Amino acid sequence: MAKLFAVTILLIAIGSAIPILRHTWDAPPDISTHGTLIDEQMSDTMVEAGISFLVSQILLAFFIWKFSSSRPSDKIKTFPGGAKTIVWAAFLLVGTEVLALGVFGVKAWANVYLTPPSANALPIQVQAEQFAFYFRYPGPDGTFGPVHPEMINGATENFFGIDQTNDADSKDDIVTAEMAIPVNREIHLLMHAKDVGHSFFVPELRVQQDFVPGLDLSVHFTATRIGRYEIVCTQLCGLGHYNMKAYLSVLSAQNYDDWLKKQAALQ
Amino acid sequence: MHDVPVHHHAPPTSFLRKHVFSLDHKVIGKQYYGLALIAVFVGMILSWLMRIHLGWTNLAIPGLQLLSKSGAPGGIITPEYYLQLMTMHATIMVFFVLTTAPFAAFGNYFLPIQVGAEDMPFPHFNMMSFWVTFIGFVVLMSSFFVGDGPTLGGWTQYAPLSAVGAVSGPGQGTGVVLWATAIAIFCIGQLLGSLNFITTTLDMRTRGMSMWRLPFSAWAWFITSIMGLTAFAVLMPACILLILDHVAGTSFFVPGNLVINGQIQPHSGGSTLLWQHLFWFFGHPEVYIAIVPGMGIVSHVLTPNLRRPLLSHRVMVYSMGALAVLSYMVYGHHMFVSGMNPVSSLVFSFPTLVITIPSTIVVLIWMGSLYGAKLRINSPSLFALGFISMFITGGISGFFLAQPSIDIMLHATYFVVGHFHLVMGVAAMFGIFAGTYFWFPKMFGRMMNETLGKIHFWLSFVGAYCIFMPFHYLGIAGNVRRYPAFTDDYLQPLIPLHRFITVAAVLTGIAQFIFLYNLVHSRFWGKPAPENPWEATSLEWSTPSSPPPFDNFGGKLPTVYHDPHQYGVEGASADYVMQTSPEQIKSGHDEA
Repeated sequence: MAKLFAVTILLIAIGSAIPILRHTWDAPPDISTHGTLIDEQMSDTMVEAGISFLVSQILLAFFIWKFSSSRPSDKIKTFPGGAKTIVWAAFLLVGTEVLALGVFGVKAWANVYLTPPSANALPIQVQAEQFAFYFRYPGPDGTFGPVHPEMINGATENFFGIDQTNDADSKDDIVTAEMAIPVNREIHLLMHAKDVGHSFFVPELRVQQDFVPGLDLSVHFTATRIGRYEIVCTQLCGLGHYNMKAYLSVLSAQNYDDWLKKQAALQ
Repeated sequence: MHDVPVHHHAPPTSFLRKHVFSLDHKVIGKQYYGLALIAVFVGMILSWLMRIHLGWTNLAIPGLQLLSKSGAPGGIITPEYYLQLMTMHATIMVFFVLTTAPFAAFGNYFLPIQVGAEDMPFPHFNMMSFWVTFIGFVVLMSSFFVGDGPTLGGWTQYAPLSAVGAVSGPGQGTGVVLWATAIAIFCIGQLLGSLNFITTTLDMRTRGMSMWRLPFSAWAWFITSIMGLTAFAVLMPACILLILDHVAGTSFFVPGNLVINGQIQPHSGGSTLLWQHLFWFFGHPEVYIAIVPGMGIVSHVLTPNLRRPLLSHRVMVYSMGALAVLSYMVYGHHMFVSGMNPVSSLVFSFPTLVITIPSTIVVLIWMGSLYGAKLRINSPSLFALGFISMFITGGISGFFLAQPSIDIMLHATYFVVGHFHLVMGVAAMFGIFAGTYFWFPKMFGRMMNETLGKIHFWLSFVGAYCIFMPFHYLGIAGNVRRYPAFTDDYLQPLIPLHRFITVAAVLTGIAQFIFLYNLVHSRFWGKPAPENPWEATSLEWSTPSSPPPFDNFGGKLPTVYHDPHQYGVEGASADYVMQTSPEQIKSGHDEA
């Protein structure tokens, strides 16, 4: 029974590692400038975690195999180093390993969150609501008009509550249900929640950030590959949460300008 | 410490006082266990419904429409009903199973016996703690049958979704109020229980029972009760504030200018992140409230089956203590991408990584103690060893989630679901099973069926890995959690893996009925248990009978002479020495 148990642990450990080694299920390819650091951090952690996982499960299996078959006359043996060795090993090996991960990981995090966007980053506002994302581009004046929550009206498609009649800055604002950005240009995404908490997640972009009602946040990123990607909500926001999504089109600079002009004409 | 029996109450004579409103810690322990048993099967069946829906979204589940006509018309689960089932599954499991069984049930039954006391110091509080918990469960379950059903906001109940009322979705009015009321009531029960556990450990120890002579399980319950006292004391007021936001027009968790369903909400000035801070300040210690008793039980079950003490009693206890202290400093890792100050994320990441060290020490102490042992394989030891394997696997996936940069990719994905199910769900369940098979003979005077126990173990061990390992793969591929269906293009290739998990979950769930059968059958028709079936040393095996008499030790409290885990003692009359044995041992493992 013990030997069967040991073999089972071994098979489960190896079986679990195979899909990871073969990349059977993997994150979609990165299309951002900052994603490389995150991916490297992820694969370094996978190596360290994978080795820890395999070594400890194999050791557990080996000990179960070996020490379940003792005869009544056998004497108990004590692990040579005793508890002291174990404490030192844990502090030195695991402590160093995890702290190294932590220290190296700071760079990847700081790159996204502790570095301000550059001055020429393109500002785009995104508003999350049950169960859709809407986007606002500032238009030629480069400025967003003020928001009037009492004017928000889905029926008239005034999703942001902007007053294009009276607010000069709002007159050229462009509101869309799909997000388009130019490739290789930094985007400064200004995030606003209309009702409850939501999140903005584009796996390919290596961006995930919650929308917090009452607290306007921002993230910045640069997409490096032209294509069409899904923006999904990851913060439980109600019955339509699973269906809350929008598309992100990464376009060439020329195509982006054309798209924006077309959207402006539709306003 | 005290050595004279000072029983506060006479043995009851009426049925009601004996079995229902009992002051006896052993009966209360069994009541907690019974409640957890009902809760775990309800929670498991909810998970089946969820899994079946995730694998085959349009499949009609016959009869489900009887439970909720609007939630499952024709037996097909609607997206909102899925979320309601999910919320109830998690709430039931976390509070009424993982907290109730390893801590309140076993702790109530065995802590007073293991310290050598005839009862807890406040038996009325103890009785109240169970009945309050029971009422909490009834209130929670009642939400299935009112208005538009239970809340759909998840067990974390993030505001403002949870705080603005019915306007934000089905179950978000009455459902949330019932949820928050149930949890606030539950907190009262656990606060009363924790007070009793702490005072039992500190004040009720018998002659010779120094703190260091307490077995691992008693230490684990003691440490857990300190966590319980501080963590539930934060969750309860948070729930009360949430209720006030619903019924009293306050705005603790709701800021101004929210537009829901076309209407500006009549709130202003609240903070949505405040809820997250309060919730996770409870929520992370809660993970350890669920798992530390499991560690204690596993250590306690393993030692007699290794026929040797663990490598170090003190290192084990210090490590469990370190886990408890650190558990309060790490809670922000649930909030890396929540909008909290990004510098705070780095600050919270550090202790989260550091907590790996005491966890590793605990695992290595178990492994080092396996080395050179005379391992006995039986149902309790199989589940205890299974616990170690699960705890290692679930713990290691924590490496990823402790790092804010990686959390950008893994937050709110199935990776998180896989991680916490293994480390606090399955591992804690294995601790409960190990404890059940180990202590059943003491609790009921009969043995559980060993063959059925082993079949139960094999199906659960392999099944749990088949369910929860693939969750990690789904998470790596970006599969978002809390989705009732997968409509996104990039999630389509993952559906076959979901179906595999569903099949594994249903089969592993069926295996749990073997356990239920074994439990009920052995209770009445099991083989009569010998006095000390595992040849174990702690005080519960020194009581005059199984189950122990009303006052545990038959009118005379024991005197303790040794550390709790004296196995493989050379020169002793047997290979183990009971804590109550006055026998002098030359080469024992006494550290105290």
